[in-house]
Parts: sequence; structure tokens; C-alpha cells
Amino acid sequence: MINRIEVSSKISNTQKIGVYTIKKDLNQNQLKKIASSLTNPVYQDFKINQPTLVKKFFWGIETGFLPGVTDNVASTVKEIIKDQLKIKFNENEGVFSSQLLLISEQLNEKDIIKISQGLINPLIQRVHFKTQKEYLKDKGMDRIVPQVKLTSANQVDEVDLNVSDEELTRIGKSGIKNKDGSTRGPLALDLSYIKTIKNYFQKLGRNPTDIELESIAQTWSEHCHHTIFADPIDEIKNGLFNNYIKRATVEIRKKKGKRDLCTSVFTDNSGGIKFDKDYIISHKVETHNSPSALDPFGGAITGIVGVNRDAIGFDMGAKPIVNYYGFCFADPNLKSLIFRDKEKKQSLLSPRRILDGVVAGVNSGSNCSGIPTPQGFLYFDNKYQGKPLVFVGTVGLIPKKSSAIKKARPGDYIVMVGGRVGQDGIHGATFSSEALSAGSPTGAVQIGDPITQKKLSDVIIKEARDQKLYNSITDNGAGGLSCSVAEMAKESNGVAVDLEKVPLKYPGLEPWKIWVSESQERMTLSVPKNKWKKFSELMKNRDVKATIIGEFNDSGHCVVNYHKKIIMDIDMKFLHDGLPVRRMKTVHIKNVFKEPVIPQLKNLNEVLLSMMQRLNITGFEFVSKQYDHEVQANSVIKPLQGKGKVNGETSVVKPIFDSPHAMAISQGLYPSYSEIDCYQMAGASIDTAIRNLVAAGVNIDKIALLDNFCWCSSNDPQRLYQLKKAAEACYDFAKIYETPFISGKDSMFNDFKGYDEKSNPIKISVPPTLLISSIGIIEDVLKTISIDVKFPSDLFYILGETKDELGGSEYFAMNNSVGNNVPKVNGLKNKKLYSAFYKASQKQLISSAISITRGGLGVALAKTSLAGKLGIEISLDKLPVSVSRNDFALFSESQGRILATINPQNKKKFEKIMKGNPIKQIGQVTNNQQLIIKGLDNKVIVDLNLEKIEKAYKSVFKNY
Amino acid sequence: MKKPKVLILSGYGLNCEDETKYAFELAGGLGKIIHINDLIKNKNQLNDFQIMAIPGGFAYGDDTGSGNAYSLKLKNHLWENLLKFVIKDRLVIGICNGFQILVNLGLVPALNRKYGERQVALLPNESTRYTTGWFDLKITNDTPWLTGIKKISLPIAHGEGKFFASKEVLSQINKKNLVVIKYINNPTGTLENIAGITDESKRIFGLMPHPERAMFFTQLPNWPYLKEKYLRERKKLPEFGPGLQIFKNGVNYFK
Repeated sequence: MINRIEVSSKISNTQKIGVYTIKKDLNQNQLKKIASSLTNPVYQDFKINQPTLVKKFFWGIETGFLPGVTDNVASTVKEIIKDQLKIKFNENEGVFSSQLLLISEQLNEKDIIKISQGLINPLIQRVHFKTQKEYLKDKGMDRIVPQVKLTSANQVDEVDLNVSDEELTRIGKSGIKNKDGSTRGPLALDLSYIKTIKNYFQKLGRNPTDIELESIAQTWSEHCHHTIFADPIDEIKNGLFNNYIKRATVEIRKKKGKRDLCTSVFTDNSGGIKFDKDYIISHKVETHNSPSALDPFGGAITGIVGVNRDAIGFDMGAKPIVNYYGFCFADPNLKSLIFRDKEKKQSLLSPRRILDGVVAGVNSGSNCSGIPTPQGFLYFDNKYQGKPLVFVGTVGLIPKKSSAIKKARPGDYIVMVGGRVGQDGIHGATFSSEALSAGSPTGAVQIGDPITQKKLSDVIIKEARDQKLYNSITDNGAGGLSCSVAEMAKESNGVAVDLEKVPLKYPGLEPWKIWVSESQERMTLSVPKNKWKKFSELMKNRDVKATIIGEFNDSGHCVVNYHKKIIMDIDMKFLHDGLPVRRMKTVHIKNVFKEPVIPQLKNLNEVLLSMMQRLNITGFEFVSKQYDHEVQANSVIKPLQGKGKVNGETSVVKPIFDSPHAMAISQGLYPSYSEIDCYQMAGASIDTAIRNLVAAGVNIDKIALLDNFCWCSSNDPQRLYQLKKAAEACYDFAKIYETPFISGKDSMFNDFKGYDEKSNPIKISVPPTLLISSIGIIEDVLKTISIDVKFPSDLFYILGETKDELGGSEYFAMNNSVGNNVPKVNGLKNKKLYSAFYKASQKQLISSAISITRGGLGVALAKTSLAGKLGIEISLDKLPVSVSRNDFALFSESQGRILATINPQNKKKFEKIMKGNPIKQIGQVTNNQQLIIKGLDNKVIVDLNLEKIEKAYKSVFKNY
Repeated sequence: MKKPKVLILSGYGLNCEDETKYAFELAGGLGKIIHINDLIKNKNQLNDFQIMAIPGGFAYGDDTGSGNAYSLKLKNHLWENLLKFVIKDRLVIGICNGFQILVNLGLVPALNRKYGERQVALLPNESTRYTTGWFDLKITNDTPWLTGIKKISLPIAHGEGKFFASKEVLSQINKKNLVVIKYINNPTGTLENIAGITDESKRIFGLMPHPERAMFFTQLPNWPYLKEKYLRERKKLPEFGPGLQIFKNGVNYFK
């Protein structure tokens, strides 16, 4: 029996009705109880198996999920029903949520189709509509049960690799063939890889099974093995990662000796540094780009709760204490559409829809999980139209006394905890959307379930960890069990899995799918046999599913059984290290762009106001305000600073209530410099990420970095050259600043191939994008500095030199140009300046400080003034400069610069500490609301009221 | 004098239990976080406590309405015990999601002592969006929880905080002086700027703002400015924030 409960509002004008479809035999009394528990009588009514009727409506539109898509509301309703009625649901029964909209406007069918399509994402949702007449005749909308029905047998296929090279290439590219001729989706194994696999199995005298081939493909994938960063490139035999990133960290740690900050680098789920004598903090930044392009909400929420598990899976389990985000989108006002197919049936989502969905996804994932999200950025460039970049990061906290070396031991149970396994996320985002139809579950798209994960996180971090109930823990992320179990098996040197024990979302899932599925909210633990009873009871009490799915051993093999039959048996060494080395060559590239011709204006008021409205500079309060940054009560420097509520680039949190220590996070990112010079692009990103922390009062000696490379066309030797130069800069500048890399991630193919509105083939690649994230420790929270100027008559200083460095700048971009003079970072000079600045901050000599970043001095000046709601008067003729023009002086993006204000009484002390550095007092905070800038010739070039600046700064995203 | 014992509930997505416990302990109480499933297993432990706090969070992801699912769980398993607890001389506080749970349980306003009857609701914010920020509030009626406070600045962070009641219910609530705290500027479209109410005994208190996020000086949004001001005035920097007083009031009620 399919029952349908509709809950409508008694007080609202919009006729939005919550629908719960329950497939289960229930009597009237039971249904009434259920309906009552889903309805708030203060303002709602319900209908059981009867349509909701309102006075005036012309259409009914119902939206719901497709089969197999995570339906969090339905899960909660199921829990409520089970708890309320003390009943159970069997495999064929279920609950499904949907929304009904009764339209009170008289629209035609064409309009309704348009509205319907706008309400849903066809990859995950369904929509149905009826006219009022049909609705009344049918007694409401249809009762739809989006249940997954799988007919495939639970079989394991052998894959014949004794075939031609062409066929091997095809298998590697498009995947294993099903009996009906269809393929299972890309393995991303090139010919050299698949031939290596063929040889391995030939020696064993057999062909691989499908699960074996899928498993190797997962483990060897670019996503998991980072082959482009690992393999030899040009003269660098040990690869970019080892030669540049890792080597920098190793050498810095050695040099710093006792001052070494790191506790764990590159090997664990996150990187770790010392927080204070009792705690370690972890940090990890991930990307979730392709899924977010397809389903922005689902992609982003899955990304953020996914990276939370990198904290939970760090060491023996760290508590997520801060979330962090960075979104690269195309201009949300962009109207041109692009398509996946020539027939233009599959349009990509518009930049605005992607922005809205991604912002909402991180909102839901972060807020529901109770993790503060103070820090992040938005960045716009139309080259992100084909693929947005969605960076998500999490800082974790673990007491030293809870920390231990992970070591799954032979004889330990493999325990999977959290959610069940379905078809979600098989083969990541490389799936073909044509394969989707109403009856089949959606393959690659996942939606996170933060509450299931919160229960899991709580019981691990707050109870199981400190009761020492497991020996090792890791996340089930990319590659699902195939990667997490095989990875953990390295610790014991072997494993035997009983795959039929894995709890499933629905019956009929083939073994290889169970093994590689990326269903969310799961972690894998190694639990000693004698602790299983206590562990499983604890999990049961916390309503967290925990299942033994096999045992670790020291056999040297990764073995998977299915109903007592061996379906996979691969040598551990081959599985992890058997992949052949691919040599890469780069080709030098030097782009030269036209220098722009920009008229020199006497008055730059309007220019500055336009700069404040640039998408990459303007305020994004709408995001900051919807992400809870106060939860956990750890917020110190908030995302919006000062009376004027200006977005800062650094956030500070104090995670331990009775410790004065705090930590600060920030970032640097300059994709607009990449096509000019990737070396300087990386240098600027590193310098900015560090300088942003320094300006907030962080000691440069207590900073660690994370790298996220989001590249494009990484099989193109010129792109590889850019990659190599960026990696080289990472080494050079990390070494100078002695700031080690502790964790990183790369995503090498952020390209889109499709068609424009005229069906012409197009390729849109993201600009080479390197996000440097920084994390630093503050010993005394009271020494933290905010960006807002504080008191009239305070002296206004610029620290660092301003040069004609506008190549790739936001100012040139506003003038539709690129230019060539990218900022060049002088690390040694900057380091000296930053160290002196820290000394001054420790003596509490600095009243406010803002790092000069995108948009240059002019923008930073306007922000610090607006944040403090006090005027500033400066003169550029006092600037330590080598600039030719007023506009260049204002908008050059020269690195290594900070604006600071100080109490006049501290002038002597401050200048003494800063001696030997290029600093200059260029003006003063005033008692009015006027920003006044005198130019190089000491004539007024800007004279603006703060109200005007505020209006410009806050207008762009006002209605978002 | 023995420290009053405070029970702080947890589980299923509540997420402010740690800081709420810390605030009560800073105020001189003895806090204990108990997972709702453990309380269901051993119901009598409720008798050990003088104060019960339902902290903020996102129980059951707000599915089926904020606070609804968690309050059903409490009602299904612990209702008799809760009722016994609240009619004694005990204190209860529900913060944010905790307030939403109290409202769904019918523990506030519980007009005419009809505990268990839902009389008011907390609806999605007018913006239909989650909102975080600091707001000035004024105390409009007395409750032991707000003794000695006239005005206070506290942060909010919620998606469903728009207070709603029918005209009749609202007029009774006002007549009985149960609206105890109001926003100066309305952040969510909440009825009559209502931020928190009590039951008729005044001992059960629910509010949307988070006092535990305002227990320290460095949690204030303008603390860097205040620090600079105090430094120049050669004044000592304060250690605590305004929210702490609410927890002190709760604890001191039993001293």
C-alpha cells in the first residue's frame, strides 16, 4: 500500500506543501499518528491519502528525487515512524519526500514546463505537473515511489585481456563491456598501465576479474596516486612532488630542528602541526569540482562533509573545528549558454545557478554539522564556466594524549561505520548522463547527509577514540572501500574482505560496485577482536551502523571474498606500487600580452568606486552571514570585521577555552597571473597567504602551508611547463620563508569540451589555479590584530615597496587587459619585514593592519577605512615607490605590503623596531568620514565619503 | 555549598553541548553532557540535576521542522520524567535549537500549565536563509535566568527563529509577561521582536540567541577595538563577555 501524507501551512500565502510518500501497510490510526507527528498544529494542517485543496489554484507541480538519490528528510521521517509506532521497515518498504506547489496564477502549459524545469536539477530530481482539472479528477498528484530496482545478478565477470592493443586501449578508456554491449564507465588506464596489468595476470596464468581490474584502476588513478606529480618530468627524475613540495618540507623541518612545527606531513588524511603543549591541529583542503558542475548543491555538500572526514580520519581522529571554502565561478551575470552535446539538449547549469547551489551546499553541510565556517573567498573568471572550482577545507583538533601511530594489526576486524552502500559515486564524475533514466539510480551524483556523519563523528571523537577501541581509522572517500581498505592493509601487510557483509542501501548491487562505490558518510576502522563487543555496543547506543566486513592479516595479499568465493586476490606490492612510470616532457612557454593604454585621469573617485564593485574585490557578506562562524564558541576574528563589516582575508579562532593560544587561517590565489608567469603566480600566492596571517599578528615562524593545484589539459607539455614552474616556486619560497607544506591535493584536468549556442565545438579550460592555504599559531590571542582603523589621529603607515606591477592585476582586468609585469616577490626582504612586524605586534604597538592584496593599495585603504568607519588622509608622494602614475600606485599588486595604523604615542618604538625595512608614514586617520588621497604630485586624486564606498562595496551581491 | 548540577543533552545533531557545559562550569555549576539515548536507558538520573539545558544544534538536520524530531524522541521516551522534573523547583534552558525543541515539546509557553501542548512555533526566517550575527537585545520581563540584566548583546545563528503565535495566544503570553527578551532591531521577521520566552513559572526559558558564544571578551565582535581603547586608557582588559551572566544566574538560583 502506498500512503501519501501532505502537510500544508495554514498561515502562509504560498501554497507549498510537504509530501511524504510511505510505502508500507499502515492502518488509519497509525497514519493519523504519523501525520500528527509531522505536522505542527500551531500553523500546519495535514491530509492523509487525500489531496490538499485550496480556494484558487490552476496548476500543481510536484518535485522529488530520482531513485537512489539521498533523501535526508525521508530518512528522518522513517526514524520518527519507527520510534513512534515501534515498527520496522523491510527491504521493499520505504519513505520518500517530495514537494508540491499549487500555482495560483493562470499560466499556460509552456510557462509551467519552464517553471518546472527551473525547479529541479534533472540529474537528481523529477518533476510532474497537473492542471487543476486533472488534479481534481485524479484526487491529487500521483503517488510515486522512487525505489531503486536492480535486476543485475550478483555475478563476477572475468575480463579477457588477451586481446589486441586497440581493444586494451578501449577497455582502459571506456571501461569493461557488459553482456549487453554497454560499457561500465571509464577506468582511466592508459595502454602502458593496462599492459602492465595484463602481464601481471599472465604470470598468474589467468585473466583478472572485473572487481580486480576496477580495484587497480581506482588505486592507480590520477585522483588517488597523483601520477603527474609523482612521475619523472624533464630532468626531474623523482617527480615534482618529491623534488619540490616534499623536499622543501623535509629540508625546512631539518633546518628548524627544535622549532619544527610539523607532526605529520603528506601521509595521513590531513597534515598536522603542533598547536600548544597539549594539542595538535590538522588541516586539509580538497576540491570537489566535477560533481559541483553537475549538481552544485550535492557536489558542494558532499565536498564539505567529505573533507570533514579528513579531520575525523586524521591521526586517531581529530575534531573538526573550522571549515574553510573557496569558490571559483564564471561571472554570475553571464547569459551565454554552453552545451555538453551538439544537439544542445544538455545545457550546462548557468554560472548563477552553480553559485547559488554551491553556496547553499556548503551552508547546509557546515551548519548542520556544527562546524564554524569563518574563512573563505569567491573568485570569478569566465574561464570557470565549463568547470567551477570548489575548494573545501577543514581544520581538526586532537589532544596529544589521544594521538597514536595508526597500525592495523593482523587479526583486527575491518569495520565499516556510518552509512550504507549504494550506487552513488561510482566512477566519480566521469559518468555519462545519457545513461540516466527514470528507473535507474543516478550514478555519480551524491548528496551528503551531515546528520548521519555528525553521529559518526561524535561517537568517534568524543568516545571511541579515547576509549582506545580501534588501532587505525581512515576515510572512505575516492574509490570507496577499494581504496580505504587496501590503504589500511598496508599497515598490516594484507587483508581478507567478506564483501557480502557490507550493508547495502538496496539489494542486487554487483560486487565490483560494492567495492568501489563512493557512498558517503562512511569510515573504515581496524578494531581488535577483544574490543569489538565494547565498540559495537557503543555504536549501537549512538545509532551508528558498524559492520565487520573482514579481517586484516599479514598475507601480503589483498583478498576479497564474496559468499565464500575468492573474487579478488592481488599482491599488495603490485596493487600499490606496480604501476609503470610515465616520463613527461615539458615545452617552454612565454606568453606576451599587449600593454593596455589607459587614460590618466586627474580624479580617480569613480575608478576606485568601480574597483570596489569588481566581483573579485567586492564584499560577499551574503555568504559570510549564512555560514555559522560562531558555533563551538571559538570565533575571535570574524569573517566580517569592524563597524563597517568588511570581509577580511584572515580568520582567527581560539579552540581551547582555557588556553590563550589561537590559530589563524588564510589563503593566496592569483590565477590571473598564470598565463604571464606561473612561477611568479605561485610566489605571489605564497607571499599573500603568509602575509595575510602576519598582518593578523602571526609569527612567520609558526606558519604552515597547503597546496591545491587545479590545472587544465595536463597532458599538454606547455601546461606541464607552467606546472613545473609553479612547483619550483613552491620550493623556493617555502624555503625562504621556512614555511613547510603539510598537505596538498591536485586536480589536473579541469577542462570542458562541448558546444556553444551555435553548436560550434568549444573547449573551456580553467586558468592554471594554485590555491595556497595557510595556517598559523598565535600564542597570545590578545595580540591579534584586526583590519579596521580604530582611532582618529592614528598614524597611517605603508610597509613594503610599491612598483609598476600591474600585469594580471584586477585594475588591468577592469580595463580588459592582461599586461606583462606581474608582481615579483622578494622573499628575503619580505621575511625581514614580517619578522619585524611580528615583534611590533607582540609589543601591542599596532592598532590595525590590513594586507595589500588584489586591487592594491587603493582597495586595501578603502577597506580598512570602511571597516573602522573613520576617514583616512594619505599622500602618495611619500610612498616608497618606483611607480610612474597615480592609478598604478593605487592599484599595483606588488607583494610584500601591509597597511598599518598606530597610536601616535608608539611612533618612536614602532619605527625603531621596523628600522631597516621600507616603511613610511603616508598619512593619518581622520575624525570624519572622508577618504582623501593625494597623488604623486601631492594633488587630491580621491576624495570620497565612506557612505559612497560602502554602497559600492556592498551593492554587487546585495540581492544574493 | 555544593555546586548545582547541570544536565546538558546531546545527540542526533545537537552541537553546542561542549561550550554550554563550559559556560555553566565557568559560572560555578557542575556540568554533565548526557546523550539522549543514555538518558532514555537510565531515566532516573534526571533526578540528580537541578538544571537541564538543551543546547543549540541541528538535531535531525531540522527535517520536518526544527526541533520536531528531537522533541518527539523526548516525548516518546522521557515525557513523564521531564514533566516531573519541570514541576519541581528546577530550571530549564533551551538555546536556539534547544528553544525550538522546548516549543515543540510544549514546555514553553505552556499557558495555563498545559505542558505538552504546542502553543507557539518558530518558523523559517523571513529571508528563508540561515543568519549569523550579533544583535542588541533588551530584557522585557523577569525570569531567574535574566536577573540583573537590562540590555545585552548576543550572537544569533539560525534558519528558523521567527516566533509565531495566534493573536489569542500572543495576547495571553503578553498578559502573563512571558516574553522576557526582545531584539532591538528585528533580524528575522520574528513577531514583536521576540527573542525568548518562558513558561508561567518563569523557570523554563527558551531563547534564540547564544549566550555561550558570548562568555569571553575575545568572542565579542568589537573586542579588537575595545582592547585598543582600554590599552590607551590604561585599563585592564576584561576576561569575560556578557553572556556569562545568564549561566551565573542559573547556577546562583540554587545557591
